[in-house]
Amino acid sequence: MGFGQILAKRVGYGLVLLIAVVVLNFTLITIAPGDVADAIAGDMGGADASVLVEIRQRYGLDQPFMSQLWRYLSSVAVMDLGYSYFYNTSVTELILQRLPATLLLIFSSQILAISVGVLLGVMAARKPNSLVNLCVTFLSLFGFAAPVFWTGILLIILFVSVHPVFPVGGMMNAALIDASFFEQSINIAYHLVLPMVTLASIYLALYSRLTRASMQEVLGSDYIRTARAKGLRENKVFYKHALKNSLGPLVTVAGLQFSAVMSGAVVVEAVFNWPGLGTLALQAILARDTPTIMGILFFSSLVVIVVNIFTDLVLRMIDPRIRAE
Amino acid sequence: MTDTAHTTELKDENVVATSPWREMATMFVRNYAAVAGLVLLTLIILFAFVGPLIHPVDPFEMVWAPFTTPMQDGFILGTDYLGRDILAAMMVGGQVSMAIGLSAALVSVTIGVSVGAFAGYYGGLIEELLMRFTEFFQVLPTLLFSMVIVALFGASLLTVTLAIGVVSWTAVARVTRSEFLRIREMEYVAAARSGSARDLYLIFNVILPNALPPIVVQANLMVGSAILFEAALSFLGLSDPNVISWGQVIGSNRPYILDAGFAVAIPGFAIFLTVLAISLVGDGLNDALNPKLRQR
Repeated sequence: MGFGQILAKRVGYGLVLLIAVVVLNFTLITIAPGDVADAIAGDMGGADASVLVEIRQRYGLDQPFMSQLWRYLSSVAVMDLGYSYFYNTSVTELILQRLPATLLLIFSSQILAISVGVLLGVMAARKPNSLVNLCVTFLSLFGFAAPVFWTGILLIILFVSVHPVFPVGGMMNAALIDASFFEQSINIAYHLVLPMVTLASIYLALYSRLTRASMQEVLGSDYIRTARAKGLRENKVFYKHALKNSLGPLVTVAGLQFSAVMSGAVVVEAVFNWPGLGTLALQAILARDTPTIMGILFFSSLVVIVVNIFTDLVLRMIDPRIRAE
Repeated sequence: MTDTAHTTELKDENVVATSPWREMATMFVRNYAAVAGLVLLTLIILFAFVGPLIHPVDPFEMVWAPFTTPMQDGFILGTDYLGRDILAAMMVGGQVSMAIGLSAALVSVTIGVSVGAFAGYYGGLIEELLMRFTEFFQVLPTLLFSMVIVALFGASLLTVTLAIGVVSWTAVARVTRSEFLRIREMEYVAAARSGSARDLYLIFNVILPNALPPIVVQANLMVGSAILFEAALSFLGLSDPNVISWGQVIGSNRPYILDAGFAVAIPGFAIFLTVLAISLVGDGLNDALNPKLRQR
């Protein structure tokens, strides 16, 4: 199968998954007790039955389930996710406003976790009896067991309360709203440090352990023995032959983990008041702003699906054995 | 092949292993970290379930001035923002956190094992459909999705448990399926089948018992991640307000971290220790159940 064909197949399948996600979310929200009309009436401080009927009519909630679902699906198809009555703006706009902050947090923490994780994993695999190896073992236990919000709070206590180095939360000083792009970026980077490190801590542990394991496996294989036998320098064997081939599992896991990374981001955003999709989701959920909730679920699934397709393609590029299948 | 390697090794070290379970226990005890994990876990369980008998304080009741620091005025772990005894909350909260962790893991193992077993046993279209179904749950943003479930259907112990179980079974399904794919080709399965055993009998009485080791390891890890999941949900304020859990103590004291960090650090540390103990036990189980891996 050619590259284009595979891509087309993956994208088509992704679309089916996405539609299934929308249908599931819509069904859940419809069968749950209480609806938008109740929420709006609650915000108004109560309303009588005729007003409720009127609201339901305006939002099309009196229609049969299938026609509501069809209407929602066809508007999602043109990227219209409805209108948030809580924020008084279109949901698509609201999400696009918040998405960059979340993506910045997720990708910066993943880059940090992968680069440091691979480095530690390689060092540990190279010297199995070293301190680094022990560190990787401890780190991987810590990374799995420590609740991410707890790590974040400990960092806040340490770096905001005890040694005031970093800001307690938020993404940028409000005073810098008119400042230059450069100044703003520096300030955002400064605010990003703690959330990024917190989110990276879980995955740093995972990636270092994974790199160590797959390096150890690759180092035991025949072609490494061959490379050594023909007199290649140890560094070359290590970084050119072994590392390259042990990256496959890392890419697979990084892709598979992406949905979990988004979950982690929700919690980290809540800890640091990072104005991304996670904090938006929490506010929307507490306000029972169903169009926004559904929009966020849709967007996060979309991001996960896109990342999965991308991972698949990257794997095919770095590992010719997959291509052959 | 594995079996022969196994017995020679045991002979070398003069271990008399009569049954596979006995053998497994020997392996397990040999792994000091796993034993340490087991001891730690036992202590935590005792603390949560026997502790309240020794320290009978209502964790909901205001007993002293708010934010009493630990070890002061006779409060070993201090008091929270409402002046409630944190030690009592830790004990009762531990019961809830562990109970939710266990039952959510049970839910996810039940779903995962059924989906994986049927997919692996039948193969073909059934496998295709069930694995697509699994993939679908893999792309759902897990935490967001369970936040929505809890918010929509009301925060109670039941909804929280189900919300966690429903989103976290995919790994169990994949492990179960791959074990079933391997085992269904074995001779003893063919033998049982030729004795005209029915499908359900083959799945649950012949194949499943032999597929259990990796499932047990996965289920064990599941308990740990369910505890973390519950903690994250209650930290975000999405838990039963009438029930104290470790995560809930953290969530409710969170606004005051700069004044009283201990009220947040202590329950977090309890979660950390519990999950750590569980994963140490899990590693030990893994080593004991997969003798092949030990050689690495």
